[in-house]
Amino acid sequence: MNPGVALAALAVVSLATAVIGFYGLRISRTTGDFYVASRTVRPWWNASAIGGEYLSAASFLGVAGLILLSGTDALWFPVGYTAGYLMLLLFVAAPLRRSGAYTIPDFTEARLDSRAVRRVTSLVVVLVGWLYIVPQLHGAALTIRITTGLPSWAGSVAVVVVVCLTVVAGGMRSITFVQAFQYWLKLTALAVPILFIIFVLAGNGTPALAPPVANPTGLAPAGLYQNVSLLVALLFGTLGLPHVLVRFYTNPDGQSARRTTLIVLGLLSVFYLFPTAYGLVGRIFAPGLARSGQADAMVLLLPGELVGGTAGDLLSALVVAGAFAAFLSTTSGLVVSLAGVISQDVLGGGVDGFRLAAVVSALVPLGFALMTDSFALAGSVGLVFAFTASTVCPVLLLGIWWRGLTDAGAIAGMLTGGVLCGGAMVVGAMAGASSTPAWLAQPAAWTVPGAFAVMVMVSRATVHRVPKTMSRVMTRLHTPERPLATER
Amino acid sequence: MPDSPLLTAAAVAVIAMAIAVVVGVGLKVLRSFRDLGTDAERATYHTLHAASQAGQHLRRGLNPAGAAKASRHLRTLLGCEALALLDTSGVLAWDGAAEELKPQLMRLAEGVLAGGRTAVLPAGQPAGPNGAPKDGTGGRLAAVIAPVRAGTRVVGAVAAFAPSAGAGLVRATGEVADWVAAQVELAELDASRTLLMEAEVRALRAQISPHFIYNSLNAIASFINTDPARARELVVEFADFTRYSFRRHGDFTTLAEELRCIDRYLLLERARFGERVQVSLRVAPEVLSTVIPFLSLQPLVENAVRHGLEAKEGPGHISITANDAGAFAEVTIEDDGVGMDPKQLQSMLAGHTDGEHVGLRNVDARLRQVYGNDHGLVIETAPGEGTLITMRVPKSQPGHDA
Repeated sequence: MNPGVALAALAVVSLATAVIGFYGLRISRTTGDFYVASRTVRPWWNASAIGGEYLSAASFLGVAGLILLSGTDALWFPVGYTAGYLMLLLFVAAPLRRSGAYTIPDFTEARLDSRAVRRVTSLVVVLVGWLYIVPQLHGAALTIRITTGLPSWAGSVAVVVVVCLTVVAGGMRSITFVQAFQYWLKLTALAVPILFIIFVLAGNGTPALAPPVANPTGLAPAGLYQNVSLLVALLFGTLGLPHVLVRFYTNPDGQSARRTTLIVLGLLSVFYLFPTAYGLVGRIFAPGLARSGQADAMVLLLPGELVGGTAGDLLSALVVAGAFAAFLSTTSGLVVSLAGVISQDVLGGGVDGFRLAAVVSALVPLGFALMTDSFALAGSVGLVFAFTASTVCPVLLLGIWWRGLTDAGAIAGMLTGGVLCGGAMVVGAMAGASSTPAWLAQPAAWTVPGAFAVMVMVSRATVHRVPKTMSRVMTRLHTPERPLATER
Repeated sequence: MPDSPLLTAAAVAVIAMAIAVVVGVGLKVLRSFRDLGTDAERATYHTLHAASQAGQHLRRGLNPAGAAKASRHLRTLLGCEALALLDTSGVLAWDGAAEELKPQLMRLAEGVLAGGRTAVLPAGQPAGPNGAPKDGTGGRLAAVIAPVRAGTRVVGAVAAFAPSAGAGLVRATGEVADWVAAQVELAELDASRTLLMEAEVRALRAQISPHFIYNSLNAIASFINTDPARARELVVEFADFTRYSFRRHGDFTTLAEELRCIDRYLLLERARFGERVQVSLRVAPEVLSTVIPFLSLQPLVENAVRHGLEAKEGPGHISITANDAGAFAEVTIEDDGVGMDPKQLQSMLAGHTDGEHVGLRNVDARLRQVYGNDHGLVIETAPGEGTLITMRVPKSQPGHDA
């Protein structure tokens, strides 16, 4: 396809992000609109923002590619990504909103009354964030390479530069609106081309090249263990993602946090229809894409392949714009929440500290992304979810629902989960994808229970360390808020 | 080959960590070899260090948790075998040997607590049968019990146990007791400062200025004949405003509620000033649920209206913004009114003079008390140049209920 079109799409998305970020709230209001202004963000807006932040490169590119490669097995990814929100809705959203803590380290410190727990949680959260940014940068590298022919690093560097500039210049002041815009952009960028393609194919009467059930690569289908383990990782991993949790504080109370989550479930379900459709259309009409090892880029290549001409170019540009919206929104969301954690715990707060921390938290994963090659995007994001599920998730769930959790237990559990899951990831990477046994490739099924078990046992053994503030904090987490006196 | 770069990255990380650990340990070792001065200097240092350590734990007054930690440091200070801290109702902490004496200690100290005089009890002789203390501790250690006096009251005692109670120990114990008394008095000072702050908040609540009430009611009265609907509306707003200001529960509120209160306030002011007061507002929704001290913004806006715009000719403009700044929420209130003299403002904020801006000082003091000294108001102003007030509060305040 024409490289100029792709670059133009990239520039437009970056510019739109920056402009909404800077000017989203510059509209002056008079007192007449005071009520409008002082109303908190409606659940709809907030849900769109969460969707925008959550749908990363893995969802935009990876899922379709995986469906192309492995068929219905890959459907577990969208199912897991979405169902994770059900867990969030049921177990975490409202209590966490009521806690009054703004980050996961804030929460664990308040709940367990311990600085040490805070430090360990911060470390884990920063690690999770960095690991999660790397696949986004890989996705950007891939997109740039496929669509413009520029070297891979250009894509990663472009994303990091745009994110750093907007965050450092204060462009994420209206982050909620930016992210909400990104969700609808991503949805449009997937929905319009695929519908167009389907209509064109139906109109032409293009013959199917392969039946949808045929396996284009001949890879062995995943076993029961792998699917269960993947689901565990995705279900529990969503609970601990730093950038997702922060969004909930924009809700005025626990009830609206729940309502927001419900809308998010709907928005995600709608969104995932389209990558699935891409995967299916790819399987039937363009199975060649799977063989050339470009499965992750399938969403980008399909319009050019099946429609072609100027229309194909324009559709491709739309998809590229959507893909960059995915990289930018997830990366900037992560960078903002990581910068918050780093600046508070290492640099002692302050505006300059926040900027420095933002740059650091974007550059470290950039270095890592440049040093490593991209694996399958959905797969590597799945591993990050497994890591989150084995570290942050147990401390959140037990912290909210179990009175007996102690600081020693929380630290031991997080370290156990981190070492087990991190170890499995490193060993798996060293052994190479083909020779890794299933239990190492998908470690969540044993690392998550392991982390929970250690956390419970160590807490049991250190009952005397249950913080004195426990009853007060638990009451706060679980009793409904006083209705706002000003609501009429 | 996807694995080798990952491996390289992991190796680089491990090596970097190893270097950091070696450097850290090396620095520690180097530091331990540094010259620590003469014996006398070191003794002074140790004494002062023990005292300051104990002082930290006594900062909240005589309570069991603090006393337990402080008694350890006080014992090293006195170099005795055991040390106990008691208040008038019981033994708070016991550190060191001979804990079998603990049940009797209150009885032994009765005279000290009642009379306020240091008692010296030699070892060995048993205590009297009917609870009255005889001369002696009844154990193998002698005891010196010195009263802790805050003002004129005896609030507790320090008991030091040693094989023999020499004059040195008696004098030293007396000094330690006096030092503990100083700490307790400091703690009481802290407590009374908190009480003062609370009283000031209450005063501020009751202090919706009489002028404001008078002016509002007059403004409403002027509408009763010409525009009864508006007059009714204003009365309702007035009622809501007073309900919020007089509410009894909680020292904290959310930014959204405080903005609502400001809206009502401005509505009433505009009934009086008409188009002379123009207000614009830019609020990031992310910070609306931030917890802030109750009535911490309304006085700032009132200050802008009262001292910025009222004295000015022609229309005045107030702009209120709230931004998300990392871990903090940043609220600014700007007016283009007559401004203030920075010198005068400074001395007023320091509490030297009682100016017209009591509301400002009160808000500033409360912010400093709750969030620490870095979080006071930042005020940029000059005569004739308007005023810009900035307030920064942490978004995360798990300890504060709105």
